[in-house]
Amino acid sequence: MATHEVTFPIADPAEILKLRAGDEVIVQGHIIGIRDRTQIRIFDQGVEPPMDLTGAFLLHTAPNVRKLGPGRYEKLCIGTTTSARMVRFTEGLGESYGVRAICGKGGFPDEAIEPMQRLQMVYFAIVGGAAALETTQIEEIEEVAWEDLMPECLWKFRVKDFGPLTVGIDAHGGSLYRDVQNRAHEKLKEIYARL
Amino acid sequence: MTTVTTDLSAAVGDAAAHLYVWSLKDIPQDLRDALADAAERETSVTGQRVLQTILRNVNVAEEEKNLVCQDTGLAVYYCSVGEHFPLHPARIYAALKEGTERATVEHPLRSNTVHTLTRENTGPNVGFRVPIVHWDFVPDWGGLDVKCVPKGSGSENMSFLKMCVPADGVTGIKKFVLESIVGAGGKPCPPGIVGVGIGGSADYAMHLAKEAIARPVGTSNPDPLVAQLEDELYELLNETGIGPMGLGGDVTVLSVHVENADTHMTLNPVAVNYQCWAARRASAHIFADGSIEYERDV
Repeated sequence: MATHEVTFPIADPAEILKLRAGDEVIVQGHIIGIRDRTQIRIFDQGVEPPMDLTGAFLLHTAPNVRKLGPGRYEKLCIGTTTSARMVRFTEGLGESYGVRAICGKGGFPDEAIEPMQRLQMVYFAIVGGAAALETTQIEEIEEVAWEDLMPECLWKFRVKDFGPLTVGIDAHGGSLYRDVQNRAHEKLKEIYARL
Repeated sequence: MTTVTTDLSAAVGDAAAHLYVWSLKDIPQDLRDALADAAERETSVTGQRVLQTILRNVNVAEEEKNLVCQDTGLAVYYCSVGEHFPLHPARIYAALKEGTERATVEHPLRSNTVHTLTRENTGPNVGFRVPIVHWDFVPDWGGLDVKCVPKGSGSENMSFLKMCVPADGVTGIKKFVLESIVGAGGKPCPPGIVGVGIGGSADYAMHLAKEAIARPVGTSNPDPLVAQLEDELYELLNETGIGPMGLGGDVTVLSVHVENADTHMTLNPVAVNYQCWAARRASAHIFADGSIEYERDV
């Protein structure tokens, strides 16, 4: 298992193709915070997102913030939410907007594997609940859109040494979640036999 | 820490406000020990990466005086009210609500509470029937114990109920717990506390599962038969290989707590409620004179 440093947004999909399920990744640059209601607005209500998502790293989040002024917020505590609820938006994010990475906790179910391979995207697993640490790695909230959805707005964060992340699903059809589930179900058969 | 106030409603409100924020920032010692122990025995690379990050995060939260997890949860309180405590539960509830609201605005904390149909935010972590309070009444006593257990949605979404039939027996109970935790995978932020409620009725089984997750790691059910089930489930769940954050590994759960009630001869309900590794929990004893004693690890 290799360790990589990747800066987002990325221009070259080769950056994504070098990542394999299980690898450790540290992220630099800019990442975009997004959540359930943000994606419901984009895909179910057909509203174009007011930020460029080309080559982007999306983080499943809804931060604790303090308002400083119009459109300006101070970070208080920023962490990551469960991704599985939002899996159905994966294909649209890659196909229509050129998103390259989605980061959350708990993983994506198997339906994400095929579109992520086809569209050369990855899923990064962060440690859920480790928000205090994550907050120190977010240097600044640079931009906020759709404040009416607070806290489920579109957020642009500048990050430094964001991670460690684990590649949960890679762009080659690999998924740690699928592998772990398959092994666990084999194990369950064995356990049930001796109950 | 002990504080004294003469207005009992204000005392309960102060306790709620303090407990809510405190529990979000400072996870109990039993959890810290269980996580350190998990890191000692985890052999997978990804599992170690997750557990070391968790331990680092607990320290950063302490140093920065920040929340351990950004999910400030649904405010849940457990109240044990003494027969002679001079404030009616209706007033205790109002005070808990006021304290929750105050903590949310003053800190400020993210507000999570929404109307279930419109999904519109209902205000500072309070709403219709929120906070949620579990009541217990104690005869021959004049005190009030309040335990705050804010519940994050990642783990609460991984709640499961099955009305097993009597013929399913204990095996049916074990299978249901196993399939629930395997199915939950990394979503509830493992390794955490698995709460299991058995017996009673459908609603009561889930209530018991919720009581179970509020117990400190290392405690056992006083009934030896039930305690044995706890130990057995702990061993079995850690054989599944789900691992920290569902990325594979040896440590899937830190503890299994089972709470039981007797049930109908044709019922065999089993409920599972999960508590993430960031098992937030803080308690206060409030005396009849309004003095408050905060306790960390109950």
